[in-house]
Amino acid sequence: MAFALPTETYAGKVYEVTIGTDKTATFGGENVLPFHNFEGTIPHKPLIAYEIQDVPPEDWPETLRKVYEGKSADPVTWAKHCQDDLKAEAIALRLIGTHPDRENRSAEEAAKTVSDVLAAINVPLIILGSNNPDKDSQVLVAASEAAKGRNCIIGKAQESNHKTIVAAAMANNHKLVAMSELDINLSKQLNILITQMGFDKERIITDPMCSALGYGIEYSYSVMERIRLAALTQNDVIMQPPMMGDIGFYVWKVKEAQASESDLPQWGNLEQRAIGWEAATAAALLLSGAELLIMRHPEAVKTINSFIEELI
Amino acid sequence: MALSGVEIFKLLPKTNCKKCGHPTCLAFAMKLAQRQVSLDLCPDVSEEAKQKLGEASAPPIRPVSIGSGDRLIKMGEETVLFRHEKKFINPCAFAVEIKDTQSHEEIESITQEVIDSEIERVGQRLRIDAIFVSNASGDGAKLQEAVNIVLKKAPQVPLIIHTEDPTSAEGAAKIAKDNRPLLFGANEANAEAMAKVAKDLKIPLGVNAKGLEALSALTDKIKSLGVEDMVIDSGARTAKEILADNTCIRRAAIKKGIKALGYPIITFAQRSDAMLETMIASLGVAKYSSIVVLSSVQKWKSLVLFTLRQNIYTDPQVPMQVEQKIYKVGEPGQDAPLMITTNFSLTYFIVTGEIENSKVPARLAVMDSEGLSVLTAWAAGKFTASKIAAFIQESGIENEISNKELIIPGYVAILSGAIEDKLPGWKITVGPREANAIPTFLKTR
Repeated sequence: MAFALPTETYAGKVYEVTIGTDKTATFGGENVLPFHNFEGTIPHKPLIAYEIQDVPPEDWPETLRKVYEGKSADPVTWAKHCQDDLKAEAIALRLIGTHPDRENRSAEEAAKTVSDVLAAINVPLIILGSNNPDKDSQVLVAASEAAKGRNCIIGKAQESNHKTIVAAAMANNHKLVAMSELDINLSKQLNILITQMGFDKERIITDPMCSALGYGIEYSYSVMERIRLAALTQNDVIMQPPMMGDIGFYVWKVKEAQASESDLPQWGNLEQRAIGWEAATAAALLLSGAELLIMRHPEAVKTINSFIEELI
Repeated sequence: MALSGVEIFKLLPKTNCKKCGHPTCLAFAMKLAQRQVSLDLCPDVSEEAKQKLGEASAPPIRPVSIGSGDRLIKMGEETVLFRHEKKFINPCAFAVEIKDTQSHEEIESITQEVIDSEIERVGQRLRIDAIFVSNASGDGAKLQEAVNIVLKKAPQVPLIIHTEDPTSAEGAAKIAKDNRPLLFGANEANAEAMAKVAKDLKIPLGVNAKGLEALSALTDKIKSLGVEDMVIDSGARTAKEILADNTCIRRAAIKKGIKALGYPIITFAQRSDAMLETMIASLGVAKYSSIVVLSSVQKWKSLVLFTLRQNIYTDPQVPMQVEQKIYKVGEPGQDAPLMITTNFSLTYFIVTGEIENSKVPARLAVMDSEGLSVLTAWAAGKFTASKIAAFIQESGIENEISNKELIIPGYVAILSGAIEDKLPGWKITVGPREANAIPTFLKTR
């Protein structure tokens, strides 16, 4: 009996998203499950953005902080370092300093940071708030205006604050991250709410919420797989935006990325463990459907780039 | 392919005799279809029906095991492609490669690393499961010697013996046969002789062919030679090949009922770059490998892979739980704060992580709530004032601390009065709702 490879074809397709204006980056566009090139087309590789923030990374663990030592005191220097030295294809600026429990920087200060960073780089910029829904709805509006015309990604819009952020992204012609908490139905509902405001669904990036390896990654993994299956097999158009994994933010606060080898000898070398933690979290989410990754450690990025090269 | 309950019913005696313990033949058939009972319970079933049902009820991926005792490695028996559909059953085993060209000391030291690799995480003992001894020298005597060194040091660790030479295979596998090793190295050229070794020693056989068509032809051939327990290798070595072949093998077995590919998969992840090796191994864990062969034991790498395997193989319907007890975070003194939460593992991890971030040493009372998070446990009546009070009293913690104050999660603020009533002498403080507010809360107290 002749053997027939059990390939499958899918009814749907992930939207292709292009960001930036000078140097652009494009991700999504595939009509198959992640890396299933044997049964469909994958026009673009996943995109990795280097994460920087508006305040010096004093809250980042030593292993990570030292990599950016001397280059992270201000966001402009930091962004240029990522673009020029680390060859970042995109940069994600997190406005963490605007959080009321942190430096509580104003929306105007945040907007200035965005303008300064944009003036210094030509790769695409992803602008992320501090995940404080109230503050984000002020900060991201100001940041959106400051970035007008640069075709950025603005995020994250959550159910509680999506109206102002969606309006700002729409008015200033940006893409938008829609974040819900680990539930396919909530994710779908948020995408519907956003499109009902007149925002084009092909400009959304879905963030079903990342979790770190060992800290609930199986939830993120399965929600992403289910969203992707709905997009491809059921051709559910509202589930077809590409997905984002906000990797570094969730990985670098877990114990495994911070505890020293002298405290926990059975866990082995801290630096490799922490880099491995970020890379393995990223790899798992790539395999479940993420096309856009926000990452921090250059070695983890390098590893994931090699992994992607082998998969494509 | 699996038969439906009605199809099975047609093959049963239809006498409703109840000897199987079920009220009707149809009820028994339904249980059979769900693989909850064995056909042996029916004393009157015909030989023909037995054969048909036997074939149909065999799991789409054959169960194969290596090793023995508490280090037995079970593989196969998977029933789905995506973990949200149903739990992935037998977690992928990690094996580390030892080459028979390595020195006596090197072989002993790697074996020792395997023995020492065991760690505990969320109540599970995790370790490098097996040793893969390869005949890099091409010399049968060297292979036997390497197997002997490993066996002497770690007689309980399951072995995978790799050689394509049937004589060397027989020599090395014979000395390890009591611990049921996997003999890896059957291919199109040596199939008959290798099958004979595996059959005579009653051990599973690892089969390699390039591509799925050749592989399925080869497993059919070896099966006809009398070896049923196989582990398969399609020759996939790059990430792209591993993902494509493993996916197609799993699909062929589960969705198309192709028995010739219904065997556990072995994946070779060895790389000179340890970080990239970790990624390839992660791919194996997520995408259907039953054995992943690594080039070395490194503690950090093991922790990454053990954790990923534990996460991917978690039952999506059953929350992970941690043990009920009072955990210390940092080195809390007598006057350190005491907080309480539920025993859902994510809740525990996130809360302890945030207490650590606060740098304030504290005690965290983790109460058994059957793995539910705080709000769900409260709603389900598993995190109530009386249960919390009973847990705190029975824990005896009041003898270890100087001020009797208990910090409860903000989501159950409503319980504070009732707990105070049931815990006389205690002060109940309402903490933050979300764990990320814990550092600010603890630092500003």
